[in-house]
Formats: sequence, structure tokens, C-alpha cells
Amino acid sequence: MPEKNRWSRVILWLALLAGGLVMMFPLIWMVATSLKSPDGGIFPTGSHPFADLFPEVLHWENYAEVFRKVSFARYYLNSLMVAAIVTLGQLMTCSLAAYAFSRLRFSGRDPLFFCYLGTLMVPGTVTLIPTFVLLASAGLVDSYWALILPPMFSAYGTFLLRQFFMGIPVELEEAAMVDGCSVFGIYWRVILPLSGPALATLGIFAFLGNWQSLLYPLVMIHSDSLKTLPLGLLNFVDLHAADWPRLMAASLLSIIPIILIFLFGQRYFVGGIRLGGVKG
Amino acid sequence: MKVSRWIALPFLLPNLLGFLAFTFLPILASLALAFCSWDLFSPPQWVGFGNLSDLLGFTLPEKANGWLLLVAGISAAVAFAPLPRWWRLGLISLSVMALWGFFREIEPHYPRFWQSLGNTFFLMLGLPVSMLGSLVLAMALNRTLYGNRFFRLIYFLPSMVGGVGIYLLWKWIFNPDYGPLQQLFLFLSGHDGPRWLESVLWVKPALMLMGFWGSVGGTNMILYLAALQNISPELVEAARIDGAGPWQRFRHIVLPMVSSTSFFILIMGVIHGFQGGFDAAYVMTRGGPAGASTTTSYFIYENAFGWYEMGRASAASLLLFALVMIFTWLNWRMAGEKVHYA
Repeated sequence: MPEKNRWSRVILWLALLAGGLVMMFPLIWMVATSLKSPDGGIFPTGSHPFADLFPEVLHWENYAEVFRKVSFARYYLNSLMVAAIVTLGQLMTCSLAAYAFSRLRFSGRDPLFFCYLGTLMVPGTVTLIPTFVLLASAGLVDSYWALILPPMFSAYGTFLLRQFFMGIPVELEEAAMVDGCSVFGIYWRVILPLSGPALATLGIFAFLGNWQSLLYPLVMIHSDSLKTLPLGLLNFVDLHAADWPRLMAASLLSIIPIILIFLFGQRYFVGGIRLGGVKG
Repeated sequence: MKVSRWIALPFLLPNLLGFLAFTFLPILASLALAFCSWDLFSPPQWVGFGNLSDLLGFTLPEKANGWLLLVAGISAAVAFAPLPRWWRLGLISLSVMALWGFFREIEPHYPRFWQSLGNTFFLMLGLPVSMLGSLVLAMALNRTLYGNRFFRLIYFLPSMVGGVGIYLLWKWIFNPDYGPLQQLFLFLSGHDGPRWLESVLWVKPALMLMGFWGSVGGTNMILYLAALQNISPELVEAARIDGAGPWQRFRHIVLPMVSSTSFFILIMGVIHGFQGGFDAAYVMTRGGPAGASTTTSYFIYENAFGWYEMGRASAASLLLFALVMIFTWLNWRMAGEKVHYA
């Protein structure tokens, strides 16, 4: 039995390794393509598909070319700025509302929260058109306001933080009150410091969602100087469609912040997520 | 703690204003817009159920009546005649086939919408496959293996990276002339494989493959891993002593114990599935070829911001919402009873 068990583990390990290679292959291929010569270097010549995966001369200059061909730095800064402000805004507005929904008891709270919950299932396309019309009538379409303002409020984020705040022991709150803490003081000095993991989770979701968002900026933004990275990449495709090495270099640059978040925040994803409400 | 509304208000206000302006009122406005015809420039005109009947309307040719009669006849036989069980099953499958024939005869007034719904459903068929993949992966990673944590990271990474950059990468991988997939086909079989994104037949499987890559090792796998770690080893050991083989242990212990997680993933997956497909279609195929990758969300975008048919687009997004609600409710009814809560 132990002998058989060991072999089954070796086979399982090899299978996992092979599967991992398959999963990594698209990203490896992305790096490899981005280093190839743009002049015909992408055409396969080797005897088997992976013979010339990486070129003999690595064309690192492709990455610099990306910034020269389109205003890539501008797109990048736009995306960073918008995503950062939206993330901070969501953390602020959602945590304040979540505090009211979880720790304060006032009349009309539960019907209001039910309204919030009810909107979670509504597809994003339902609100897109009226939001566009609303912003257009305020003259805010094609401005940073259109990119920043609507995504700053999230029913989902409010729900997520509320679930976490509900789990904080009420004794802490009472102790703070006895010590003369105000309602805002409890939120600021008791609840927020205890909610690091939940705030980090929401922050990561908000940043990633905004960083990758395509439909919303596509509808709202027309000027080149206001475009975020996803729109900038599409602009690059329109101008240099067949330039795969530089296109892959640009795409790779666009996912670098995601990979950084992934590496530094991995314990929030892989370490084990607290499943609010999944287990009955 | 109990407080008056005036103390709660400052906390609620920032979020509430945004919620009202950008979520709640737009939903109501969309509801109204669905019954109007509006091109953004001239004033909206009330058309009542015009948009909805445009989208859903169909004509039934004479031939379809025959099929319907057949369905009715067989159903009556199943319902009233005292037939053996196998006869019944055979008749029911016949009636399903006749129903299929009936649906084939329907001529929708606006086929593009029906096609987009069909595409959306088709793409959602990838969900059970990827759920099974996530479960198998979680069971493998649940064992103490060398490099376990590293494997989790490797499998998780594809679900993190996303957006236009990754769709462009897959467009390149599916490139029918120089892409690596085509080269692999050529190497293994000696002739060209399908033309992936350019083929009406293969564009959806290609998108599903991409979706599988991006979801199999992600949050779903982590959720399954958490569920598996909740299964007590004593339970598995007891089953083993009672002589249950690996398949029986999987079927009668693992599956029931992860059923609440599966249910959660399924519900979330269906909700997302109905809304999904816009980004990939916009970047990779523009909904083509011949509309084969036009999902309902792409259809809505195309109508609203391509053709300025705001009313029709709103009506379609409301129908989408209705479908999400119906399917979530159905899931709840059908699967909800079978879910085992530990």
C-alpha cells in the first residue's frame, strides 16, 4: 500500500507540473513574442512548434517602441490615476455605508439595505445607457469625472464590507463608548483598524475591476488624451494591427500592475478566502 | 447601537447619493426607456411594447403546426395511456425531438437578438466543464505534495490577469496562420486545424477554451479547496473501512460535501455568464464571424452606441435581467433542495 501510494503521488505531481506548464504557456508565449523582431521574426521556421520559441537576439527595444508609437505613457498614467482614485473612493464610501448598515440601528435601515441587495443582480448594461445620458446632460462625458465618479460607489463593496463588519464583536464597540468615543470615532478607531483584510480584498477587487474595465470607458471617453490603458491598447491595434511583437510588449506592460498585486497580495487570494454566507 | 436617522445619515450619504444617481435611478430610467424609441438626439417617443415585440416577435409558418400537433399527440399519449416505463421514456424523447423540430420552424422577426441569446447560452456550457476542472484540481492540490503552494500560484495566475491585453494575447494564439495553436496542429496532424476565431463553428469553442484557462484555477478552485478542507478525515476513513472505493468515496462523500460550494459557484457563474462576453467579442471578433460570437451584452452595446437604438437596447437589457432572475430562481428551486449543508 505505501509503495503504491508513493507512485500515485509521483504521477500526480508530474501531472500537476505538466498542467502548470500548459497554464503558463500562453504567458510564456506572450513574453517570447514580445522579444521577437517585428520584421518577419514571428513567422515559424523551426522543425517543431517550439523550436524557435525565443529568438536568438532579444529585441528589448520593442518595449521602448510601444511608447514611441502611441502615447502609451499617457494611457498608463490615466489608468493608474483613475484606478487609484476609484479604489480609494470605493473604500471610503463603502466602508462608511457598511458601518451604518452593520452597526447602527435606525428606522428604515433594512428596507434600504434590501434595495442595495436587489441591485446586485442587475446587469451592468441596464444602468449603462441612463448613466451615459445623465453624464451627457451634465456635460461630464469625455472627462475624468465620467471615468471616476460613477464607479466610486459600489453596492457590492458595501455588501462585502457589511458582512465583515457584522463579525466584529459588539463588546469592543461598547468599551469604546464607555471610554467616551463618538460614533465616528468607533468607525475610525475601532472598526477600520480591525478590518484590514476585508478592506484589502475590496481594494484589490476595485483596482483590478477598474484597471481592466473596457465597456464603461469605451462609452464615456473619446479624446485620445483621456483614454485609459484598455482603450489605448485598442488604439494601438487600430494603428499597427499586424505588429504582434510590439502589441504583445504593450499587452505585457498592461498586466504588470496585476502581476505585482498578485505577488504582494497573494495571501488574500490563495491563502484562503473567508466565505461569508457560503456555508449554511 | 440604536441611533436616530440623523446620526446615520452622514455615514450613508456619500454612498447613497452615488447609489441613487448611478444605480437606482438608472434602473428606473432603463425601465422607462425600454418602452420608448430614442436615438439620443430627437426627443424620445413612447412605443409601448413595440421594442419588446420587435425583439421577441416571431411568425409560425404552416409547417410548424404539424410539429406542434405531434408534440401534443405524444404528450397526451404519455399522460393518459397506461404504458410501460421504457415506452414512456421513448415517447418523451420523441416529443422532445418534435419540439426541437417545432423550434426550428420559428421565424423570428429579429434573428440577431435570438442568435445573441443562443450564443450566450452556448458559451455558458463552459461553466460545468470548468467547475469540474476546478474540483479535480482542488482535490489534487488538497494533498500534501512538494511545491503545493507554488502550484496554487501557478494555476491561480491566469485567473488574475485579464483585460484587453490578455484578449489580444489569445487573439494571437488563435491566429489561424502563425499562431502557436495552429502550428501545434500542423506538427501533430500534418494539416491545418480549424481557423478558430474566423470560423463560425469554432469561434465559440475557442472562446470557451480561453474562458477555461482563465477560470479553472481561480477563485472557484480556492472555494473548492476550502470546502474540501472542511471534510473530516474520519468520514473518509470510515467509508474506506466499510469498503468504499475511490469512486464511491468521491460520489457519496466529496460531491455531497462540496455541493453548497458548487451551488454558489453555479449561481454566480450563471449571473456572470448572462452578462458576459462583451469584452472578448469586442477585442477579438467584433461579434463575428456572421454574428457567431455576438453575446447579448454585445448586442446591447451595438444597438445603443453603434446604431443609437437606445430603446431597443434598454428593452434587451431588461430581458437579460429577467432571464438572470428566472434562471437564478430555477437554480434555487432545482438544485437548492439537493444541496447538502454541512
